[in-house]
Amino acid sequence: MSDEKTLAERLRERGISRRGFMKFCAATASMMALPPMMIPKIAAALEQAKRPSVIWLSFQECTGCTESLTRSHAPTIEGLIFDHISLDYHHTLQAAAGDAAEHAREAAMKDNWGKYLLVVDGSIPLKDDGVYSTIAGITNLAMLREVAEGAAAIVSVGTCAAFGGLPKADPNPTGAAAVSEIISGKPIVNVPGCPPIPTVITGVLAHFLTFGKLPELDNLNRPKVFYGESIHDRCYRRAFYERGQFAESFDDEGAREGWCLFKLGCKGPVTYNACATTRWNEGTSFPIASGHGCIGCSEPGFWDKGGFYDALSKGTHDSAEGIALAAGVGAAIGVAAAMGARVRQARADNKEDA
Amino acid sequence: MSGLDSIPVRVEGGPSQDFRTDNLQPVLVQLQQAVEHLLAAGEETTIDLGAMPFSERDEADLRERLGVGEVAATLDAFGPTRIEETRFAGVWLIEHQDAEQRRLTLHLHVARVPEILCAPIDDIADGLAVLRAMNLNLPDS
Ligand code: SF4
Repeated sequence: MSDEKTLAERLRERGISRRGFMKFCAATASMMALPPMMIPKIAAALEQAKRPSVIWLSFQECTGCTESLTRSHAPTIEGLIFDHISLDYHHTLQAAAGDAAEHAREAAMKDNWGKYLLVVDGSIPLKDDGVYSTIAGITNLAMLREVAEGAAAIVSVGTCAAFGGLPKADPNPTGAAAVSEIISGKPIVNVPGCPPIPTVITGVLAHFLTFGKLPELDNLNRPKVFYGESIHDRCYRRAFYERGQFAESFDDEGAREGWCLFKLGCKGPVTYNACATTRWNEGTSFPIASGHGCIGCSEPGFWDKGGFYDALSKGTHDSAEGIALAAGVGAAIGVAAAMGARVRQARADNKEDA
Repeated sequence: MSGLDSIPVRVEGGPSQDFRTDNLQPVLVQLQQAVEHLLAAGEETTIDLGAMPFSERDEADLRERLGVGEVAATLDAFGPTRIEETRFAGVWLIEHQDAEQRRLTLHLHVARVPEILCAPIDDIADGLAVLRAMNLNLPDS
């Protein structure tokens, strides 16, 4: 259950000093992809942030999203943020089962009506009145509608909850649908990815904690801070793309030299996500750095867009963008200048007399 | 058993971070502008090097160009933080790590002194209270 202690108080209880707290805020700003000038504001907001109640509903999913979130090693920034929320219901993580689990959900809803955050992973089957997925005898559809009603905001975690995901793949036997196709009149943020980057999930939670509202969203309801630029925009192999240097197979000289994976099916140019900068496994790597092209898992319908190893220029991806990109390969776009323009910086008043 | 050493895979080619991204030059230009700004307006700047593709080679190049200055400090709070002035006065490299010494952030900070080095007012007040209590309990000499 939520309580009255602020995040700053909880950190102090764990022996983290004021300097440690400021460092935590710097890392949180970086995690939320906010410029460093926001660090003092984050500190001021987190000083006051109360512990929010979170109800997490898992529907037609593979538990990959939860696995992603819980794969980080403690103590991390993600861990501290995650510890601070009051996770009142989550099938996989809660100790309670059966009726006790459902009572915990109902109690959390009652105690925090209008204030709790609803997190959903998995799509919702609509066909045949939703009988293809039920929890405690309640269809996913009915449970979503009931819990969404009292939520302050909804976070659709993973491509299934955000866009229907793999369950929606043609011919979509269960009539799988995204949360946003069912619920209206509530703020909904999509955090797609199969699974999403854990830092991005906690970044959105941290934003809610810090500012009491959801971050700014793009036209697909994704947080702009994480999904505002394509993988291609931020890819370290971009210089090879600009020079027209492409790996032609996974074991040729170009692949060994780290050349661009466009011809091997990389969907980075039409995929919006933070993998290229945030990376995975505590910032260790991401698919392109491991030699495999991006499969576009944070985009709607990625499962029905042709082969993962077909180049975008082959035209199977339902976008004219791929063809245009192929035509533009090697064009001197000036990646360095573009990247330089995105360098996040901050200026804070220096009150000290010179 | 930990790490990748136990996996019997032979990696061909150089290390995966052994490349340049072309982002060093824009960072250096921005750094120059930040120093000009500090001198002209007294305003600090922080550049988050994690916010852009920046390889290990880029970082090594950056460190080589910036060199080592007169001040270096280590902060131990929620894991280590390394604060190093470069050979350019007022240009600092600040690396925050977590308790397991994994990097959280790497910032280029332009300031006369990084704020995080200054003792926090709240902590000074707490310390003063402890000092007063200590002095009250001093045995008479
Ligand atoms: S096509 Fe893929 S590998 Fe090539 S630069 Fe773009 S994102 Fe990177």
